[in-house]
Amino acid sequence: MWSFVLKRAGATFVTLVAASVLIFAFIHLVPGDPIYVLLGDTATPEQVDLVRHKLGLDEPIVLQYLQWAGKALTGDLGQSIFFQAPVLSVIADGAETSLLLATITMVWVVLIGVPIGMVAAMRQGSWVDQTLSGIAMLMASVPTFWVGLYLILIFAAWLGWLPSSGYPSIFESGGLGNLRYLLLPSLTLAAPNAALILRLTRASMLDVSREDYVRTARAKGIRPRQVVRRHILRNALLAVVSAFGFTFAALISEAVVTETVFALPGIGRLVVQSILRRDYPVIQGIILVIVVLYLAINLIVDLSYRLLDPRVELE
Amino acid sequence: MTRDRLHSWLAPFLGRPIALLGLAILVGMILAAIFASVLSPYDPRAIDPIIRLSPPNAAHWFGTDQFGRDTLSRVIYSSRMALLIGVGVVSFALLTGVPIGVFSALFPRLGHVLMRMVDVLMSFPALLLALGLIVVLGQSVANAIIAIGAVYLTTTTRITYGLTLRLRAETYVEAARSMGSGTAWVVVKHVLPNLISPLLVQASFVFAFAQLSAASLDFLGLGAPPDIPSWGNMLAESRTFITRAPWLLFFPGMMIVLTAFSLNLVGDALRDRLDPRFQEMFASRRRR
Amino acid sequence: MLGVKDLTVAVGPDSNPVEIVSSVSFAIGKGEVLGLVGESGCGKSMTSLAIMGLLPDPGPRVRSGRIELDGADVTNLAPWQRVEAGHGNIAMIFQEPMTSLNPVLRIDEQIAEAVRVHDGLSGAAARARACELLEMVRIPDAALQMGAYPHQLSGGMRQRVMIAIALACRPHILIADEPTTALDVTVQFQILGLLRELCDRLDMAMLFITHDLGVVAQLVDRVAVMYAGRLVETAAVETLFDNPAHPYTSGLMACMPAPGHRTRRLTTIPGQAPQPGSISSGCAFAPRCPDVRDICRVDPLARATITEGHEALCKFPVTGSAA
Repeated sequence: MWSFVLKRAGATFVTLVAASVLIFAFIHLVPGDPIYVLLGDTATPEQVDLVRHKLGLDEPIVLQYLQWAGKALTGDLGQSIFFQAPVLSVIADGAETSLLLATITMVWVVLIGVPIGMVAAMRQGSWVDQTLSGIAMLMASVPTFWVGLYLILIFAAWLGWLPSSGYPSIFESGGLGNLRYLLLPSLTLAAPNAALILRLTRASMLDVSREDYVRTARAKGIRPRQVVRRHILRNALLAVVSAFGFTFAALISEAVVTETVFALPGIGRLVVQSILRRDYPVIQGIILVIVVLYLAINLIVDLSYRLLDPRVELE
Repeated sequence: MTRDRLHSWLAPFLGRPIALLGLAILVGMILAAIFASVLSPYDPRAIDPIIRLSPPNAAHWFGTDQFGRDTLSRVIYSSRMALLIGVGVVSFALLTGVPIGVFSALFPRLGHVLMRMVDVLMSFPALLLALGLIVVLGQSVANAIIAIGAVYLTTTTRITYGLTLRLRAETYVEAARSMGSGTAWVVVKHVLPNLISPLLVQASFVFAFAQLSAASLDFLGLGAPPDIPSWGNMLAESRTFITRAPWLLFFPGMMIVLTAFSLNLVGDALRDRLDPRFQEMFASRRRR
Repeated sequence: MLGVKDLTVAVGPDSNPVEIVSSVSFAIGKGEVLGLVGESGCGKSMTSLAIMGLLPDPGPRVRSGRIELDGADVTNLAPWQRVEAGHGNIAMIFQEPMTSLNPVLRIDEQIAEAVRVHDGLSGAAARARACELLEMVRIPDAALQMGAYPHQLSGGMRQRVMIAIALACRPHILIADEPTTALDVTVQFQILGLLRELCDRLDMAMLFITHDLGVVAQLVDRVAVMYAGRLVETAAVETLFDNPAHPYTSGLMACMPAPGHRTRRLTTIPGQAPQPGSISSGCAFAPRCPDVRDICRVDPLARATITEGHEALCKFPVTGSAA
């Protein structure tokens, strides 16, 4: 079994290295001299020469990549042009908000998507199923930021129940009540993803219910609810769990927009601002961090999926 | 196309009124895009500060924005951008993804390398990849198409690869190759025709997601330039005024939803038509 | 015991149904083994699923007819409903042992589940009974194998587990849908032997479905032949082989290569079986029948009784011995 784990981890590592090459090349692909890309347009000639030598930009590109990668492994992702501070610390500042947002959103997605998907599957073809499936498809067709803006309009502007923007840190103020700042944003983010998980759960359950062993289970005379619980659910959920990694990636993407709509001080909004400010080191750093996170999560989900399925244990 | 085949394509729609509605909406949108100049009551760029931010009324069915521009006309003209983005992204994804997928499946050694490269691309979350490409390429409509297209190129390649692998193992393909047909001939005659249906389904969904992605990019200010009317741009501009002028939020957003929803419905209906045929095709392999 | 009367199963809307099984009637007495034979697609599996109450939903439905188990009407009841009503003494084993067992549950669990439903036992008592059943189906080292997962067992062993599960339901009648088709020839022989032995020992009736006439000859007491959703002939097994009355049955007999008999070509029945719903009037076999007459295509079907216990659905059954 461990050889399987190592093989998968190895494959992920190779993909990571290849992705890092692309990310490294990012600075060089942006139009303009990389020096000015890194320092900003206002750099003086002395700074330029100093940094060019210090960063080894006069060296062969492969060496540059290795230096960059080496530094990245120790946490040195360069210097932000806008903040004049290490990129990693800039990113870390936004981490709390984004991680909290992502976690709360995932909770909504699972709590809403899976049970409703199950209900729809068990009442297949009925008006309940058709309505639920229709709503799910509708939710998956709605732009996230539109939902967000509407939630702000209704709950913040008209009703005044919830704040419309910002997020004071829980760590600093210690007030868990600040979570209410994340309620609307997390619901916004959760909507389309819950819809997708709902459809996936439903489809997976229907697929499993057509399997031969479910027919055998029914033949035993077990009641329908038991058939669902012991035979259909376990096998159907395996497929759904493996989609969580993909859902997380989608969350990261859409969080960019949601954080912008709700003015949350997270990494997503940081990316957009950095693009508009041409703060390339930060953009590069964020992409690297997120890719690492994404690959790690996919690896964990993949491994746990395999470990849950006894068929694979004895390979 | 024989009458039978035409009927089999329409069948999933005829049985399901809501899918038919989706198809009708799409046709309507295409017509609106083509005949925008005829259908719009006003010039979408015409400014009239006196009537700025007026709610929907008899003269302006969808109200006006902060510059006094007619919302209805802008919404109609934006359908052109939506159509352009959709067609552009789907074309890009298909024209790059299909050849890569097909050749990777037919030439395994090259295929392994190419698929790994696709894996690398897929390790970037969708919007981030698009954003990164926009930064490198610069902001323009064409670059937005390429950026979003790159995201869906990966899924299209994967799907084509999987399908071609399965088709390759089908006995009739083996038979053709054993008879000495050249690979290119096999591809054209046997593989491509069988890819049309599943790719058509895929195209519908990609078209839908492209709308949402493009709207997000526009909203962030990184998509179509602000002087070109698009639903995403309209929403971005409406942000400051949503409390005073909620209709500016409603109509462009509704159009995005309608378009994406219709495409999803159409894609679903096409997929249901496709499914039994596919099961039939693979069922013959399962029976010993 | 088991009575099937005018069973009709169809798909599609009520206004325009496509029949898969048309007015099938037969009965199986206590301890009797009936073989249901026919080619692929003739409706034998659908018949067995309808008898069990396992027709998929959505899908084909029973449109008319009755199914009686020990005298009680169980026509549209699902297995769990029959158990609740006290008429659950019927079980089924399927063709594909590989896919018919839940891959993520251990086999003792899968058998114990049925034991719990039918015997009301639980926990250790249920597992003990499960072990007993595994021994009954001749699984070597039963106690050890209890903790195994289906994929760890061979095809023959999996089918034995299926039989054990079926036995846990304390069936008065067992339906076996081509249980050996997916197995090696040597294993087939063992499983068939096991089934026959269990039927004799437990005084259990069996409905054995197959397309293999050779298996039928060894195993069953009586035979029912199906074609295009209809039951075309029923007879005791020796009678069927010696005096087939329906042209289809005699055609089948002629197809079997006889050992020691040299022929240049194997006989076949020309043509193909009709698709469900394509026969609107007359005999379904008419297009392929060597003795067809004009009225065969038009007139409604007639059931002819050749002798006691031997019936054929034909206007002009063959009487007299076959080649």
